[in-house]
Amino acid sequence: MSIKIFETLTFECETGNYHTFCPISCVAWLYQKIEDSFFLVIGTKTCGYFLQNALGVMIFAEPRYAMAELEEGDISAQLNDYQELKRLCIQIKKDRNPSVIIWIGTCTTEIIKMDLEGMAPKLEIEIEIPIVVARANGLDYAFTQGEDTVLAAMAHRCPEQKTGIEKKQKTDDKSIQELLSFLPIKTKEKSTNSFNLKNKFSLVLFGSLPSTVASQLSLELKRQSINVSGWLPAQTYTDLPTLGDKVYVCGVNPFLSRTATTLMRRRKCKLIGAPFPIGPDGTRAWIEKICSVFDIETQGLEEREKQVWESLKNYLNLVRGKSVFFMGDNLLEISLARFLIRCGMIVYEIGIPYMDKRYQAAELTLLQKTCTKMCIPMPRIVEKPDNYNQIQRMRELQPDLAITGMAHANPLEARGINTKWSVEFTFAQIHGFTNAKDILELVTRPLRRNNNLENLGWTNLIKLEKG
Amino acid sequence: MKLAYWMYAGPAHIGTLRVASSFKNVHAIMHAPLGDDYFNVMRSMLERERDFTPVTASIVDRHVLARGSQEKVVENITRKDKQERPNLIVLTPTCTSSILQEDLQNFVDRASMSSDSDVILADVNHYRVNELQAADRTLEQVVRYYLEKARRQEILNISLTDTPSANIIGIFTLGFHNQHDCRELKRLLQDLGIKINQIIPEGGFVENLHELPKAWFNLVPYREIGLMTALYLEKQFGMPYISTTPMGVVDIANCIRQIQKQINIWASILLKKNYDFEPYIDEQTRFISQAAWFSRSIDCQNLTGKKAVVFGDATHAASITKILACEMGIRVSCTGTYCKHDEEWFREQVQNFCDEILITDDHTEVGDMIARVEPSAIFGTQMERHIGKRLDIPCGVISSPVHIQNFPLGYRPFLGYEGTNQIADLVYNSFTLGMEDHLLEIFGGHDTKEVITKSLSTDADLTWNSESQLELSKIPGFVRGKIKRNTEKFARQNNIQKITVEIMYAAKEDLSA
Repeated sequence: MSIKIFETLTFECETGNYHTFCPISCVAWLYQKIEDSFFLVIGTKTCGYFLQNALGVMIFAEPRYAMAELEEGDISAQLNDYQELKRLCIQIKKDRNPSVIIWIGTCTTEIIKMDLEGMAPKLEIEIEIPIVVARANGLDYAFTQGEDTVLAAMAHRCPEQKTGIEKKQKTDDKSIQELLSFLPIKTKEKSTNSFNLKNKFSLVLFGSLPSTVASQLSLELKRQSINVSGWLPAQTYTDLPTLGDKVYVCGVNPFLSRTATTLMRRRKCKLIGAPFPIGPDGTRAWIEKICSVFDIETQGLEEREKQVWESLKNYLNLVRGKSVFFMGDNLLEISLARFLIRCGMIVYEIGIPYMDKRYQAAELTLLQKTCTKMCIPMPRIVEKPDNYNQIQRMRELQPDLAITGMAHANPLEARGINTKWSVEFTFAQIHGFTNAKDILELVTRPLRRNNNLENLGWTNLIKLEKG
Repeated sequence: MKLAYWMYAGPAHIGTLRVASSFKNVHAIMHAPLGDDYFNVMRSMLERERDFTPVTASIVDRHVLARGSQEKVVENITRKDKQERPNLIVLTPTCTSSILQEDLQNFVDRASMSSDSDVILADVNHYRVNELQAADRTLEQVVRYYLEKARRQEILNISLTDTPSANIIGIFTLGFHNQHDCRELKRLLQDLGIKINQIIPEGGFVENLHELPKAWFNLVPYREIGLMTALYLEKQFGMPYISTTPMGVVDIANCIRQIQKQINIWASILLKKNYDFEPYIDEQTRFISQAAWFSRSIDCQNLTGKKAVVFGDATHAASITKILACEMGIRVSCTGTYCKHDEEWFREQVQNFCDEILITDDHTEVGDMIARVEPSAIFGTQMERHIGKRLDIPCGVISSPVHIQNFPLGYRPFLGYEGTNQIADLVYNSFTLGMEDHLLEIFGGHDTKEVITKSLSTDADLTWNSESQLELSKIPGFVRGKIKRNTEKFARQNNIQKITVEIMYAAKEDLSA
């Protein structure tokens, strides 16, 4: 197998035999983000087993999520889905009294064609708690895309922005408004408040981030005198942002293409396509793009980026010239690769479960620019990778670092290839200027560990005949 | 539908995968949607496995849903056959694929024509059996497949080995301390002069399975996996099996005596001699294992009558209950298992050794039971450990489901004579931690922690005023929880919302009256 060097970005598609987390794992971070929510995963023992093992200790902390475990009677339709779900939701209401129940549809509900979207509105009226349906299943999605499905479903629940003047023009929106009529419409004062000072448009950011990171990003924009009028999701369900055709939206994570589409098509928002605020280069490009849309000249951004790079010096010395291989499992790969190339690393391959070239267009352009700037060959982007083939390629390339799932980490380490678990990037704080250090902290950890163990002489810890 | 937060035993396919990946050079292909290969993570992380887990998925996606798997599964099997050249490929259905009702057997038949590997379809029903039952079944299926194949090829070897020998059945990956138990069993059998014929599935080769019948008997150390295989071998080849778990001094002796009885049947004919293991049992019990001595030592006296609760899989819960009750004089207030399918056996094993038996797979029921019983120590799974943490009761982990800390690098068997030492340590340490704690409290130790609620229920309708809180904090820790709960119970019964010192005393009087 020869490794080609490409002048332009190339996209390949393999068999899709790769390891990733099931998208229902998004409940792990979303239930913590949306404080008044309750996530009900409607699936089988398999889903439950995955959640309980993947989320480890969180299980013991009385989480606000549970399984509606389907039994044989449910599968064979001997039991009435609606009645069963009603029973469980009433139980949840009694025990936890959440502001919203989010049903997570799984592979099983897809296959038996359980009409969750049909049942939710009826049950919602009956038990008087909003029920949001997100079909985050392994048939269609990978890992972080689970969040995408949940946020896309929530986008429908955001209150409509109302501004007396425009009301006449909005005739085509009527149907949506009717759909949402049972929801409490946010008061006018809120929506007028959220208008930013310099112009008549408001900006809503979408993507679930820890609240500290969200406020860091809001603050960065405020420095450029842009007010963020809301986040999807907000800290509580009752606080969802208002949306409408005067609202600009911008994503903070690369895996939110459905949400973006929903916001554009269904809520008539204007999407700002920007690179994602991961790494100081990404953060700067992200802010610049937003500013350019609002016709604002950025202030002190270049200086700020420079400072951040300066503070990363020690890490950069460690990573410069090292090679990295992304096996691909969480869709953050393009942004991370772009940042690492800017840090001076060589990226051999970017595996990625799914590549939305439109939603990630700005990010891809920035990647290409970064490669040219750093005089580094364009990496190959492999969509739906095949882990077996990737391991063969890695054997040949011997990268200094493989960013991979936990299923392959230990076996690769035993074969002398340093690894970093990709899942950690999803749970660590990696957005904005302030958190660039955390990304490099993660990336360099195996390298630093190995510097400590360098002279021991046992890097390869498998018997030879097994290769 | 069932509202569930946590489960003790996993789904069926996990059991199948555990058996398949325990054998050497066997590959499992799951017919599953993306993300269902979480088993690989568990094996790689928990067992710290150096090799790639021999499990891949034939992905069920939207297209498969629309058109069926068609060639996909067959292609995946033949591809894996070429890539890794396994002896056996096990096609593993998951809960998703079992409702698709594709004819997986047909795929297997087609794939086995074009591949060098043997191919079988794991025969388990996802909605009827759990992880452990599925593992038991899959092991039996693999063994049966290879013995029948050997019979057809006429290479079946049913002549007994020259000297006594045994198969150990049921050691497998992700099992609770299975690796250490295996080593201990090997040593035990070696001490008795019994050769190991085969150990399955862990580290075994399927191509050697046809030599299973050469052993004089089968040893099945755990209830959960191996019994079906042992029964099959008994039925087909008249091989006797011993299923007494050699855990604890008494049961080890029982197990060895049964072994003695079994091998003497053949030894008296073939070797013209009789084995007598009694001196060995005596020597080991009294001087090699420290457990028998420990239970007579002063230390163990202090444990007399202390209350304990046991919960786990059938094997471990039953054995630990017997050890606590018979060998250490500890009072087992309640013992239970989540192996509902083995309820009858479990009840029979423990009925004379505990006050109460709990058969459930609902962890909240277990939690409530522990909160009610208020034992001095718990012996259970990781779940019970967490319940213990919340209730401030020490817990020793004796059974899966387990966490990474239950895969120790050091030698920690639960079976055999070394196992008795390990268990004694575990039990004793659990209790002393509690006792030290109490002594600290009694002598006004370094307790500055605020009183936290010990009840598992979430109702917090009662308030304690500052004096009563102060009073409560003066009460030694080991009874504080009980007094708090009794007071609250009393308050609730009398419709009192605010708890004062007076109420506390009234409650105390009420209780002693």
